[in-house]
Amino acid sequence: MASTKVVEITTDNFQGTVLDSEHPVLVDFWAEWCGPCHMIAPIIDAIADEREDLIVGKLDVDAHPAIAQRYGITGIPFVGLFRDGNLVKKSVGAMPRPALERALGLDE
Amino acid sequence: MPPKTRKVIIIGSGPAGLTAAVYAARANLEPLMFEGYGWGGQLMLTTEVENYPGFPMGVMGPELMQAFRDQAERFGTEIVPADVTRVDLSSRPFGVWVDDEEYRAEAIVISTGASARWLGLESETSLRGHGVSSCATCDGFFFRDKPMVVVGGGDSAMEEALYLARIGSKVTIVHRRDAFRASKIMVDRALANDRVHVRWNGVVEEVVGDGRVEGVRVRDVVTGETETIPAAAMFVAIGHTPNTELFRGQLELDPDGYVVADGSRTSVEGVFVAGDVQDRLYKQAITAAGSGCIAAIDAERWLELGQALETDQARTASAATGN
Repeated sequence: MASTKVVEITTDNFQGTVLDSEHPVLVDFWAEWCGPCHMIAPIIDAIADEREDLIVGKLDVDAHPAIAQRYGITGIPFVGLFRDGNLVKKSVGAMPRPALERALGLDE
Repeated sequence: MPPKTRKVIIIGSGPAGLTAAVYAARANLEPLMFEGYGWGGQLMLTTEVENYPGFPMGVMGPELMQAFRDQAERFGTEIVPADVTRVDLSSRPFGVWVDDEEYRAEAIVISTGASARWLGLESETSLRGHGVSSCATCDGFFFRDKPMVVVGGGDSAMEEALYLARIGSKVTIVHRRDAFRASKIMVDRALANDRVHVRWNGVVEEVVGDGRVEGVRVRDVVTGETETIPAAAMFVAIGHTPNTELFRGQLELDPDGYVVADGSRTSVEGVFVAGDVQDRLYKQAITAAGSGCIAAIDAERWLELGQALETDQARTASAATGN
């Protein structure tokens, strides 16, 4: 079941919600037609539910291609961790939760 | 405190596992399924599935798997969105772990499927997510009007090439032999497409590019000459390896890692298997689903038989003939 804590990120709110955020923001770049994006969706939901210290958002690359382009994203699911306005960690492709958390430095 | 012993644990959630779940749930076995991070299996990486019976106009792979999953849940399958990290098949009830969390079951259905194989090149690994991909439906989108390469010669290579031909400027299929092993209908479609070209007898030596894919260097296995095909992306579709690392040393596997099965029975009594993890011949959604059904029915009968023998010998006969 989708988490209610996941924020929808758009071209319009990207600056405010992600780049200007005081807290680290995890952004899941996804698309409806991307099977592996659906595969990792429950993991993203679980992280959103469990981590109080993070804002977790999803950005539909089909609806908002400009943001994906800005970060040179050419493979999804692309999960990026933003801190103080910068993309500091990333992971591309579907993988088990421990591997995803390792790639994003969330296991520390 | 030891965990409650389940009747059936299903590991894996592709067509095989989810069909086993539907049957096991309807037989009141209250199955527990570990769907893993790759829920839905390989169909999640496809677009249109044209050969699944019951869908005359085709159906999208992820949509089909969502329907399978909904059906399994409807009858009470408990689904855990985690990967199993360890199993113990040496004694019953069998042990299944997700990290430190322990689960026990009288019977297990293994349906962990198979994962896409990679070429194994360093440049392939470093450029993955930057133009190197195994999922055309996921990443083709990013290479509109650009040239692309597909590596492989089977049905999935043809399917990816045809899909990418709708997006890119040109798609070159690089295949190491001079004939495809894909089905005739798929080969005909690929060869008839103006945007699809074939580089026969070609082996990928290196993915060329700094930070993103710029080309694919191919060596001709006949002439030995090399050329670099300009490409913004390379999609790898060279087959699959069975996901059996979890069971190595505990279950009989063949030299390629497939679970050795007699019907759905494995070398360990009470452990059943279904789908691509034991199938080196057919590898279809419908055969996986069919084998999932077989595994669930076999597990159900095996459980009934075992319990009947322990409690009431007389019930055995009627249980074995019923459904």
